[in-house]
Amino acid sequence: MDYRRAENLEDAVRLRREMGYPFVAGGTDIYPAIENGARFPGLIDVSKVEALRGKIRREHDAWIIPALATWSEVVAADLPPQFDALKQAAAEVGGRQIQNAGTVAGNICNASPAADGIPALMSLGAGIVIAGSSGEREIPLEEFVLGNRKTALQEGELLRAVKVPVRAARCASAFRKLGARRYLVISIVMAAATLECDAGGRITYAGISVGACAARALRLAAWEQALLGRSIADLHALEVAPAYLAPLSPMDDIRGSGAYRVHAAGVLVREALAKAAVRLNEQVS
Amino acid sequence: MNKSLKSAESLGAMERKSVRLNVNGQDYSVRSPGGARLAEVLRDDLGLTGTKVGCNAGDCGACTVLIAGKQVCSCLVSLDQAAGEAIETVEGLQADSRLRGLQQSFVELGAAQCGICTPGMLMAAAELARENKAWSRTEILDRMGGVLCRCTGYTKIVDAIEHYLSGAALPAPKAEAGEVGGRLTKVDGLSRVEGAARYGADATPEDALYLKAVRSPHAHARFVIGDVAKFVNANPGVIRVITVRDIPGKNEYGIFEHYRDQPVLADGLVRFCGEAIAAVLCEKDAVADLDLASFPVTWEPLPPVSGIDGGLDPKAAMLHASRPDNVLTRGRMIRGDMEAGRGRHSVSGKFQTGYVEHAYIEPEAGFARRVGDRMEVFVTTQTPYMDRDGVAHVLGIPQTEVRILPSAVGGGFGGKIDMSVQPLMAIGAWLTGRPVAYVYSRLESMRVTPKRHPSRIEATMTCGDDGKLKTFAFHADFNTGPYASAGPIVANRVPLHAMGPYRVPAVHCTTRAVLTTDAIAGAFRGFGVPQAAIAHEALMDGLADKLGMDRLEFRILNSLMPGDSTATGQELSSSVGMKECLEVLRPAWNEQKKAVAEFNKGNDRFRRGIGVGCMWYGIGNTSQPNPSSMRIAIGADGKITLFSGAVDIGQGVNTIMVQMCADALGVSADRINLVLGDTDRTLDAGKSSASRQTFISGNAVVLAAEKLKESIRRLTNAGPDSKITFGQGKVLVSGAQEVSLDLGSLPGDGEGNVLSEVGYYNPPTTDLDEHQQGIPYASYAFAAQFALVEVDVLLGYTKVLKIWAAHDVGRAVNPTQVEGQIQGGIAQGLGLALMEEYIPVATDNLHNYLIPTFGDIPEIEIHIIETLDPLGPFGAKGIGEPALVPTAPAILNAIQDATGCRPTQVPVTPSRLWQLLRDNRGS
Ligand SMILES: Cc1cc2nc3c(=O)[nH]c(=O)nc-3n(C[C@H](O)[C@H](O)[C@H](O)COP(=O)(O)OP(=O)(O)OC[C@H]3O[C@@H](n4cnc5c(N)ncnc54)[C@H](O)[C@@H]3O)c2cc1C
Ligand code: FES
Ligand code: FES
Repeated sequence: MDYRRAENLEDAVRLRREMGYPFVAGGTDIYPAIENGARFPGLIDVSKVEALRGKIRREHDAWIIPALATWSEVVAADLPPQFDALKQAAAEVGGRQIQNAGTVAGNICNASPAADGIPALMSLGAGIVIAGSSGEREIPLEEFVLGNRKTALQEGELLRAVKVPVRAARCASAFRKLGARRYLVISIVMAAATLECDAGGRITYAGISVGACAARALRLAAWEQALLGRSIADLHALEVAPAYLAPLSPMDDIRGSGAYRVHAAGVLVREALAKAAVRLNEQVS
Repeated sequence: MNKSLKSAESLGAMERKSVRLNVNGQDYSVRSPGGARLAEVLRDDLGLTGTKVGCNAGDCGACTVLIAGKQVCSCLVSLDQAAGEAIETVEGLQADSRLRGLQQSFVELGAAQCGICTPGMLMAAAELARENKAWSRTEILDRMGGVLCRCTGYTKIVDAIEHYLSGAALPAPKAEAGEVGGRLTKVDGLSRVEGAARYGADATPEDALYLKAVRSPHAHARFVIGDVAKFVNANPGVIRVITVRDIPGKNEYGIFEHYRDQPVLADGLVRFCGEAIAAVLCEKDAVADLDLASFPVTWEPLPPVSGIDGGLDPKAAMLHASRPDNVLTRGRMIRGDMEAGRGRHSVSGKFQTGYVEHAYIEPEAGFARRVGDRMEVFVTTQTPYMDRDGVAHVLGIPQTEVRILPSAVGGGFGGKIDMSVQPLMAIGAWLTGRPVAYVYSRLESMRVTPKRHPSRIEATMTCGDDGKLKTFAFHADFNTGPYASAGPIVANRVPLHAMGPYRVPAVHCTTRAVLTTDAIAGAFRGFGVPQAAIAHEALMDGLADKLGMDRLEFRILNSLMPGDSTATGQELSSSVGMKECLEVLRPAWNEQKKAVAEFNKGNDRFRRGIGVGCMWYGIGNTSQPNPSSMRIAIGADGKITLFSGAVDIGQGVNTIMVQMCADALGVSADRINLVLGDTDRTLDAGKSSASRQTFISGNAVVLAAEKLKESIRRLTNAGPDSKITFGQGKVLVSGAQEVSLDLGSLPGDGEGNVLSEVGYYNPPTTDLDEHQQGIPYASYAFAAQFALVEVDVLLGYTKVLKIWAAHDVGRAVNPTQVEGQIQGGIAQGLGLALMEEYIPVATDNLHNYLIPTFGDIPEIEIHIIETLDPLGPFGAKGIGEPALVPTAPAILNAIQDATGCRPTQVPVTPSRLWQLLRDNRGS
């Protein structure tokens, strides 16, 4: 196997264009794939590329999560409550070894329907900064992940960073994962909810995203819509209408039936909303 | 020209630039490719085999090392990424004086059983131990959760870490610890925590060829192999291909001589997905790039014969000409008048279980070497002597020409009874004259080796108004896969155990092992009894409920007691601790019953429940001779050596044998030198299976010790009651007078021993007659466990909160080890109940096949019941399998108690339980 180490961003882009090999960051998706039979003529190691590293930081009206941020770094970062969901998801990725090596970009670019990091970021309305030979472009996460193992990356492009809009002071989020064991488990379903409210406790932004219930994580727009303008105090009173879950089209597989997944998604979203609301209440009061 | 030289050049090995690695503070220069996995580099290039590889995919954590102080899976880190970083492995721990204490804590507190997970555990623990903070138990679990252990059930690992972090001193070893009943430190424990123990993949010679098998992608197919010479030429580094025609001896193997129906290489027809059709031998450098997809073979897929019904379908293909109905074997236990004896109250049920994978963290591995006209095989195994005979059979050489050197075994649980890597690597070494190494990938380990039998059970139990059991009818069909393996053992053992540890006047139990093209089913901790226990324990609850009796009291009422006879007419005169096990649980049971009712009052979503499960287990093989021979020798200098052919697969038999040997001779345990399984030097102790080693090999040790003392008395003309004291270079015999036997004056054998005696023990069993009457087992273990669970009925999620376990082990030779077996057995039972199901091909890795992790194990309260079996050595019976059997029944019964719904299919995954609850609500 032809293993190339990219020295910098240009190098990474050039190698990718010339060789076409996949990138490797933390290697926690790509090396298992090789063990399970995937064959690549080579790999392009981006783990030492300075432009993809650095601290999770605020730049103007957005938070920047560099591509190579690991899950342990996410957990340890000093971030406002809007990132609670992401932190909770990070703490549930695999085990500590995987969290120390696996990266946010790898999780997104691997584009597994069960990627735990994606719903949290999606519920925050995150965008993806893409670098290529002709410079950078930015697209919403929802448009970046196209399907199972499919992304909007074009030839020679890579994910440089994730950009999360800075939300109002009164914003909180929560994540719920359901797996058949405690650690090292691929989610049967997971859900993330982000809520923002005004001084009076009225919901001004709602982001709800569910994973492992379709070829990619989805936002539940109808549910989000139904929450806008409501008071966080009477969130629990809202009945779950079947239409809220209509976008989900899960399969039956070894981890659970499709019918179970839709049901569980409804339960997890409600729980995530409730958890986020509790956190919001703490901030309001 | 020499092909191996040419291939090395064409691989460009010379062009690689070297990379600097810093491991444990030492600099190394490495020439492997930049993309090589660090684990592989550490093991193969640097010889640091303390780091283990269990899956090569991040799923097991056995390869955990520290990079810049952080734990990572070294199987997922490339050499280039690791270059220049500070890497720490288990071999470096000793150098850190603080972490030495962590290692000691692991050894002393029983945190290592087979030890294959131990290096990874220690490195994960080292990461947290260096952080200066107070750790809660949950925080410890969060840090440790990425490492799997299949033996210990994790409890003792967390205990050891907590103990170490607390800074408290370890309990000083007691002088009497070496005696039977003492907590003697695991005799091979140090090598486990230092990473020095050599497992199957750890001793591969430099010049070894590597073997890769070409395996079938189809469950059932005909095939024709094409131009092999062309394949060899097209693949630099490939030295040779082995096909059926190259096998020097017989192309067949199996556990039983009369059931040797599994080919080493399929001959034109494959009967399961993953069956080997050829073996490729290549140089180490060529392994990574070898693409077996290009192997020349044409497949003609045939309809699979899947599932029990598929196998029994009259239209199904016949898998073996000798078994026209695809039934491998049948078993039965019929006694009494089922019609006349029927009780007024009756409960019936149907139950279903799936394949369960052993999932030991060490995949099958070893190497073979031809030495003249002899074959030496270093291999991870539970059965060195059967391996010896099996290898001789496929090589067509006498058994005496094969030497098996068992490696340290990284978990067995029955899965390393059948041969795996042995035949092919032995054939490879025989044909090429070079050492041949073969290490199963995790996928091979899961796809190719035998599993627990899937079962379909129907049973009916009746009792009278007084609650006394009257009749029990039971039929189980087992999917045994395409080859016999241990199928006959399961079919024969289950009918004898299927009624549970109860007095039942009339029983009608039958079994059938059905051949299919699904995965091979064979031996797995309990040989079918865990499946049967799910059925009898569900029916026991059903009857108790019908009578309105307490479920625990109902079991006490029906427990086998000393003086009772079993269905085979065997009178159990003593050491029947079933009732004691239940009685010791009674106070906690009654307390929990109230607590659960209280909890459930205010809770619709989270429901608690308790459930009890009982079991009995016959120690050793069913009605078959299964002797053990152990030898004790004394050197001229007084050195005592125990030659033990019993393989320690993590269950701790080495320590048990030392304790018994020391106690029987009246010396301290550190006086005993252990020479382990080497078929040239030790004697056949039989398989490490059927929970038999403590009982059978233990008896052999005691007999050897007795004989040794006898011969000393003879030499000194001392009376039978004289006391013998083993000193340095002499033995003191004090009877009517005191005599000193000068050992140096006796003639020595080739090994420098002057006295040597063999103890031979074969348990006193008999064949069963045509009415299944007789003595199938010399001794029985009994147990009861009860589980407290909490079910989230909205999500169908079951959490086991606590398990109480009471086990009649006869005598606990080493309580630490008994506890370890119970905790580990419970973890496996919990997996069986809630998460484990092997689906051929779909779940053939540790990512999709789930075994319990650190976070899934409840608190476990253990009660050891000692009933002293008069036949057992020092009264001991066995614990290996009994530990697992009652757990799943207890959990299922608790779920029923919590929800009112009876799960009849395991594993009870959230999705399945949700469906069950929904269906029940609907009806
Ligand atoms: C045992 C185990 C448990 C796991 N558990 C979970 C879990 O619970 N939840 C979960 O979501 N995931 C889990 N994973 C998957 C994995 O750890 C995560 O997806 C991780 O975040 C991947 O990051 P990485 O850097 O290791 O990816 P890599 O393997 O390095 O890369 C993954 C993919 O992304 C591409 N890529 C990486 N970086 C870039 C970039 N900057 N631009 C473009 N493409 C890029 C690579 O080419 C590759 O295709 C688990 C994995 C293992 C082995
Ligand atoms: S070998 Fe690396 S995690 Fe299993
Ligand atoms: S001791 Fe942990 S796997 Fe054996």
